[in-house]
Formats: sequence, C-alpha cells, structure tokens
Amino acid sequence: MSTDLGMPAVGGLDLVPAADAPQKAKDYTSDQEVRWCPGCGDYAVLAAVRSFLPALSIRRENAVFISGIGCSSRFPYYLDTYGMHSIHGRAPAIATGLATSRPDLSVFVVTGDGDALSIGGNHLVHALRRNVNITILLFDNRIYGLTKGQYSPTSEVGKVTKSTPEGSVDAPFNPLALALGADATFVARVMDSDRKGLTEVLEAAARHRGASLVQIYQDCPIFNDGSFDVLRRPDDAESRVIAVRHGEPITFGTDGRWAVVRRGFGLAVAPAAEVAPEDVVVHDATDPGLAHALARLSDQDLEHVVLGVLRQVSRPTYDDLARAQVAAAVDAGGADLRALVHGGDTWTVRDGAVTTAAQP
Amino acid sequence: MTSTAAAGTDARPTQPRSRVVIRFAGDSGDGMQLTGDRFTAEAAAFGNDLATLPNFPAEIRAPHGTLAGVSSFQLHFADHDILTPGDRPDVLVAMNPAALKANVGELPAGGVLIVDTDEFTRRNLAKVGYAADPLEDGSLAPYAVHRVAMTSLTTAALAELGVGKKDAERAKNMFALGLLSWMYSRPTGGTEAWLRAKFARRPEIAEANVVAFRTGHAYGETTEAFAVPYEVAPAVLPDGTYRQVTGNLALAYGLVAAGVRSGLPVFLGSYPITPASDILHELSRLKRFGVTTFQAEDEIAAVGAALGAAYGGALGVTSTSGPGVALKSEAVGLAVMTELPLVVVDVQRGGPSTGLPTKTEQADLLQVLFGRNGESPVPVVAPRSPADAFDAALEAARIALAYRTPVFLLSDGAIANGSEPWRLPEVEELPALAVEFATEPNGPDGEFLPYLRDPETLTRPWAVPGTPGLTHRIGGLEKADRTGDISYDPANHELMVRVRQAKVDGIAVPDLEVEDPTGDADVLVLGWGSTWGPIGAAVRRLRTAGHRVARAHLRHLNPLPADTGAVLRSYRRVVVPEMNLGQLALLLQGRFTVPVESVTKVAGLPFGAAELAERLTPYVEEKEQVTA
Ligand code: SF4
Repeated sequence: MSTDLGMPAVGGLDLVPAADAPQKAKDYTSDQEVRWCPGCGDYAVLAAVRSFLPALSIRRENAVFISGIGCSSRFPYYLDTYGMHSIHGRAPAIATGLATSRPDLSVFVVTGDGDALSIGGNHLVHALRRNVNITILLFDNRIYGLTKGQYSPTSEVGKVTKSTPEGSVDAPFNPLALALGADATFVARVMDSDRKGLTEVLEAAARHRGASLVQIYQDCPIFNDGSFDVLRRPDDAESRVIAVRHGEPITFGTDGRWAVVRRGFGLAVAPAAEVAPEDVVVHDATDPGLAHALARLSDQDLEHVVLGVLRQVSRPTYDDLARAQVAAAVDAGGADLRALVHGGDTWTVRDGAVTTAAQP
Repeated sequence: MTSTAAAGTDARPTQPRSRVVIRFAGDSGDGMQLTGDRFTAEAAAFGNDLATLPNFPAEIRAPHGTLAGVSSFQLHFADHDILTPGDRPDVLVAMNPAALKANVGELPAGGVLIVDTDEFTRRNLAKVGYAADPLEDGSLAPYAVHRVAMTSLTTAALAELGVGKKDAERAKNMFALGLLSWMYSRPTGGTEAWLRAKFARRPEIAEANVVAFRTGHAYGETTEAFAVPYEVAPAVLPDGTYRQVTGNLALAYGLVAAGVRSGLPVFLGSYPITPASDILHELSRLKRFGVTTFQAEDEIAAVGAALGAAYGGALGVTSTSGPGVALKSEAVGLAVMTELPLVVVDVQRGGPSTGLPTKTEQADLLQVLFGRNGESPVPVVAPRSPADAFDAALEAARIALAYRTPVFLLSDGAIANGSEPWRLPEVEELPALAVEFATEPNGPDGEFLPYLRDPETLTRPWAVPGTPGLTHRIGGLEKADRTGDISYDPANHELMVRVRQAKVDGIAVPDLEVEDPTGDADVLVLGWGSTWGPIGAAVRRLRTAGHRVARAHLRHLNPLPADTGAVLRSYRRVVVPEMNLGQLALLLQGRFTVPVESVTKVAGLPFGAAELAERLTPYVEEKEQVTA
C-alpha cells in the first residue's frame, strides 16, 4: 500500500522478475539461528521484513541483502535470499555496484547508526545523491552495540557511555535531515515495535525506484535500554509521535488533539482546537521544504517525532542512466575487439620491410 | 659515412644513425608531451623501434618558467630493437632557461642542444637563478648549440593568418617538431593530417599549427647551421602489424579483451588518481563493449562497487595507485574471504604517502602481497613493458575468474605513460576465459554448499544472485568449510586459512624463462615489472663487454613460478635490480633462503641502461668480492 503520488509508474521492482507462486514469511526464513540479545529491537524488524517480502511478489532469489558491520548487519544471515555481510560502512558502495550491474535484483542495504553515519557516512550520502535503486534500512539504536556500548553519531549530547564517562560532547546527526540534504528521493522513519508502520513503509521503500532511506528507531536493551520508551508509552507518545501520510492534514494525539502549523520558515505544534482547519499543514511528500521542516521537528530529545514517509519524489536513478548509456553504446554497434586493438596508426613488417597503413 | 638524400627537396645527404635519443623540454604549458607524442607517432609510423619516457610535474600548471614547471618527454628510436627510453639524450630541445637548467646536466659533451632564444630574457634567466646568460657565458661550450628564435619565427610566420598572439606563440612547439622532423628525415604528411584532425573544430588553429610545423621544417632545410639531416632506418622487428601504445591504453584494452573473451560485462569502479586515471578515461569510452565505468566517491567505494558487481556476475575491476591500494585493502580482504573474482590495478608511483604522483617506483610489491590484516593471499601479476600490459591484464583476469580470487595487476608510472611498438595479436589467439556460474545445488542432500570446493583447483562455486535454488549468504566473517555458514570453530579456521593459501599457491603459472646465451653463466640477474627493459639493455652491454650473465624476469609475483627456487639455487650469484629498497630480494630470501643481492634505485625514474650496466658490473666480474 504505497502512497500514490501520481508519479509515472516506474517502480523499484519493475525490472525484477515476479514470483511464480505466492510466498510466505517462512519461505524467507533461513536455517540460521538468530543471535541477537533477548529483547533486541532487531527481532521485530526481522519479523516484519520476513512478512512483508512475500507481499512484493518477486522471486526470492532476486532479493539481495547487503549489510555492513554491527549488530543489525547480521540481518542477511537470517533471510533465505542472497546476501552479503560485508565490511564496516561499505554496504552502500557494494550495493551500488550490484544494483548498477543487475537491474533484475531488488537490493536492500541493512546498516546501523555507526555503520551508516560514522564509518560509512560518505557512501551513504553518495548513494542517496546518486539515487541508486536500493532500499536502505538504517537501524538507529543510538549506540555501538557490537563493540559493547560506545556512543554513536546519533547519541544525545551528554550521554554517558563506556567511551564518554563524563558524557558525550559530540553533536549528533539528524539522519533524516542529512538524507534530505543529500537530495534523497525517499526518506522515512519508523519504530521497531510498530509492525504495521514498518510493513507499510518498508514496502513503499522497496517499491520506490531510487534510493530509499528508512530510519528505524530500534531499542538496544543491553547498552541503551529504553531509549525510545517515550515514543512507546501511550501517555508520552500522545504528544510526541506525529504520524504523517501524504495528502492528509498533520494532526496527532487522541482525537487529533495536536496539529502541525507553519511558523516562520519552519513548523510548530499547536493545540488543534486553537488552529483554524485550513491552517493545519497538509502533508505533501513532494515538498522539499516541508520534509526538511518535518525532519527538524524532532530533535534528539524526541519531543516531536515524525513517523512515516517524509519525502517521496521521482528522480532518474544513477543505475538506470548508467545502464542506458551502456545499452545505447552497445546498440550503436562497433564492438569489434580486433578493430579496437588494430585501430590507430599501424604499420606492418614483412621480412624486414615496413609498410605504413594509409592515414585515416 | 653519408648516404643520399631522403627527405624533402633538400639536396644535402643524410647521415645514418642507428639510434637517437631526443628530449623535448619546456614549460608545462609548452605542449612538450604532445610534441613528444607526435614525434613518437612519426617514428612508429616510420617503423623504428622506440621507447618513451614522459616526465612531468605533479602540478597541472606550475608557475610559468620555473624549474618546478619543467615538463619533458624523452624518446629513444632506433633501427634495431631497443629496450629502454635511453639514458642520456643525444639531442636536447630546451624551450626556456628552466628547461635548459633542469636538463642540460644530462646532455653528454658533444650533444646537440637546441634552444628557443626568445625565452632567454633577463626575467626568465633570473627566475631560475642564472646570474649570466648561459648562451653567452661559454658554459655551453661542450655542446653543439643551435640558437633558434623559435617563438618569434613562429609568430612571424603566422602573422598573416590573423590568429591571436597567444595562439601563435603556443604553436612554437610545432615549430620545434617541424625542425626535429627535418633533422631526422621524418615523413611530414602524417603530422599535418593529425593536426587537421585534432583541431577540426578550430580550422584556424589547425592551420596555424601546420604552418608552424612547416616553418620549423623549412628552417632546418634552409639554415646552414644544421649541417646534415640524420636518418634512422626502420628497425627490423619480427613480422606482424604494429601500433604504438602506452601502458595504460594497453592495460585498458586488455581488460576489454578479458570481458570479450570471458563473455562477462566489465565493471570498473575507480576514483581518479595519478598515474592510473587514463585507464578510467579509456574504459569510459568503450561502453560499446558492455563496459560500465563508475567514478566512485572514494577509493573504498570504487573497490566496493567492483566487488558488488563481481558478486552479481560481472568482471569487477578497480584501478588505482599506491595510496588507493592502502584504502582498498579491507575490501580486498573481503574479496579474499568471499572468494569472488576481482582485478585490482595498481599503477605504482613514488611513495610513501602522496609521494611522487607523476614519477615511477616499484615499492608497492610488499604492500599488495602483505598489506592486509590476517593471512590474506592474493595473486600478483606484473607487466614488464607498455605493450605487455595488454597480456598481463588478460592474465590477471584469467586467474581472478578461474580461481575466484582478487588479483593485483601491478603496473607502474613508467609503463603507464611510456610507449613502445605493440605487435598486435589476433583476437582468436587470445586466451579463452570461459566462466561457469553455478546453476544447480551441489550438496549430497540437494542443498547448495557455497564453500564446497573443486578438489583440483580448490575454487568454490560462483553462484550469482537470481539463480533459483542457490540462495546463500557470504561475508567477511570466517566461513565454515562447505556450508559457508559463520564459523568460529578453531579447527575450521585452521583449515580455511590453509585452504585459501593452498588455492593461491596452486595457481598454474608458467616456469621462469632463463636467457643465458652462452649457457655457462654463473650470475643471474632477476627482475620484475618495468625493469625488464633496463635490465635487458644492461645485460646486453655486459655481454658485449665479454661477461657471461643470465637473466630472467618474473611476471607472476604470487604465486612465484614453481621452479623459482631451483633456478635461484643454480647460480653462484643472484642480483635483483628494483626500483625500491629491495622488496623482491627480501621476498626471495625469505622464501628460498638463498643469498640474493639487491641493486636498487628510488629516484622516481627508471634505471638507465648504462647506469644499470655499470652497477651490475662488479657482480659479474669473476671471483671478485664486492659489496652491494
Ligand atoms: S547489543 Fe543491543 S543492538 Fe546488539 S544485539 Fe544486543 S540488544 Fe541488539
């Protein structure tokens, strides 16, 4: 159920062969024992992914999951698709090569806040800028889990961790603002515990032609327990969680108690009762200014957190354009290896006598 | 010692020469590389054997008229087969005082020196610290100096064409080319056609350059100063069709040929770096062969994307120089672990760090062999000359595809930018690089075992995504034998480390070819890579001087030919010339526990033939104790 934006029907899976028969979550489950800590948010995401993949109706062998390093990057082992658990931060680069050379694959990148935003920051922004047809699942638990609890590039200032005993003085990234700054064409945020939201957004991301970035708030009960609890407890969530949907007015809380309104060049939250209906902002996923403002509504303090698809626009993908250039050159012909090798100014030696080929 | 006239309307006889070394030197903006290239093309088309050595600053436009901005191009051409770009020039063309100052030290007494007097202004002299004008103070007395007002002669000849002053002055390099073309009795039609094609969009510039070229030619003809033109007869090369080729071009064509012969699309991931960028440039123009080029955001992404494409079934290639190899190391390790084919081209330059970007060196050998974490064996193939880069690229691809392994293709700056005649192969003579992807489960119970190996070659199946029934996961964590699952089992790791090593050790490579004309030499000179030419020329000199000496050259640095140890042990002395501080020598001594003596040079320039012969002489003088 992807958002209909009235854009040309060029989906992310258009060149991927369709499955012959309906599939189940079980088909996508590998024989590997899942080895995350009990209570890890990754379990919920894995379950959601296993259950939404069949809905894509593509051949299972044409789905590929590429991950980097970190707890979440174990993900590919648990899916019965093709997969590569690569090296730290480089999954978007590897996925770019794969997606560019193989349009018949649906390529997913599984990464975390350290993997994607710290060591792999460069590859992430360039994959988004190029708009390579890949779907990036960014598991954001705001901590380094696999290395046992150092602060990450999304940790809050002041956070006390193993490597910041006096509290972190390191200003964090706003991953969605970063992605929007890189001109990403699909930017979304979901909660690990929100099965419905996850399924809906991930499916839309996979069907989007271009680079999709989905930030997944994911709990790490071992090293950053309860970091997103304010978004889960109904009382707290009431005034914080802002679910957006393209074309709908942005209100939230019980009975739409709160509304998002324009203030200056940005947005603000106001009690809906005090806002004229026409002043309530209607979500437009094609409006870059609005997407930026929505991304900026939520700070690391989680006071207002926008969930859903903030931005979805259509822009030519790098891989489609690169393949088109190669295809046009191949179609134009002239791929004669002998002519290539024997091209240029040549001369011939026979029994010591030299003859020069005529100048072209 | 004269023969009859050969060129133009000139009635003067020509004087035969068997070989000539010309060096064009000027400011980076003077077009010396272009001039040298074109003279090379003339020599090639005439059938001379040749070798070239471009030498230019790393800065694109170093300050005008300074020593830092001097760019030169040396060309050695001959009527017989030659192996090096020549040691010292016979003829030096100096377009300004800086070029003179930087190069005249290498011109032997009696050498021909041609200078553009217009550039010898007080200001230009001061820029390079000449207190007195060397054209006047007698310091050039040892040379046959020709003072030619090239700039003003050129601008005067172009006055009627109405081209701008800047464009007119810029054509002085074609004046120099015309003059040299006359001096060496080169045919002129090719250059004129080439100029008209090169400047097809700006016919007035084409005309200006043609006129400048003709003016230089006519100047030689009519000026008494140049006594007689010389003639270098065509070389007697083996039968075949030839073209002149640089190492980077040959290497790029070799990769295309590997794509054609394997039937796989070539995917190049690359990040611009001197002196490897021309490989990216060339391949990006060859999309018609199904070649995809991806200019990545950095060196790591370049190799990552190439590996991703290889995972998908392409011939993945990444091209770089030493600093880029340092950045790619982790990804190459991933290719070792995942056992995917990948060609990593390292066009070596002077190091460490940024080092000497435009100069040559062979100091990455140990980096590519050992510069990764863990036991990480990677085959290494090194071309020996510009034309050989074509075959070496095919060989690197053959090993990568057949053994599912990353392979280093170790070129260097001298090969990359140098050129020589290339005896052109026929396509059907090239090796067939047939590749078979896995299509069926291979396990006893109908399952797919991605790490079940071929018992002969120890290679694992290459099952590309999209193949039904073979879904599997690979990665950088240690793999369990057969299943490829994650495994931390001690015995499994022991096995897998040894198997990966055994796979690379078992790659079939040809035995060493030892050249020993007298058959009784007891000294072996062993080299690898671009020292092939200088070693050959030096050994030739030693033999002419009556020494008995054998030589051999390594194309495969890993694995080494199976007979390497036996060959080394069969000589009383083994001498290894290298453009590093003795890396191959260290390797050989470690592997074979034989004494190996090093002759090394790290000046950013190749060995000269005479220089190397002199340095090898003590080793070949019988029963004499020498120190390295
Ligand atoms: S350390 Fe945290 S993120 Fe990692 S598996 Fe355990 S709970 Fe999950």
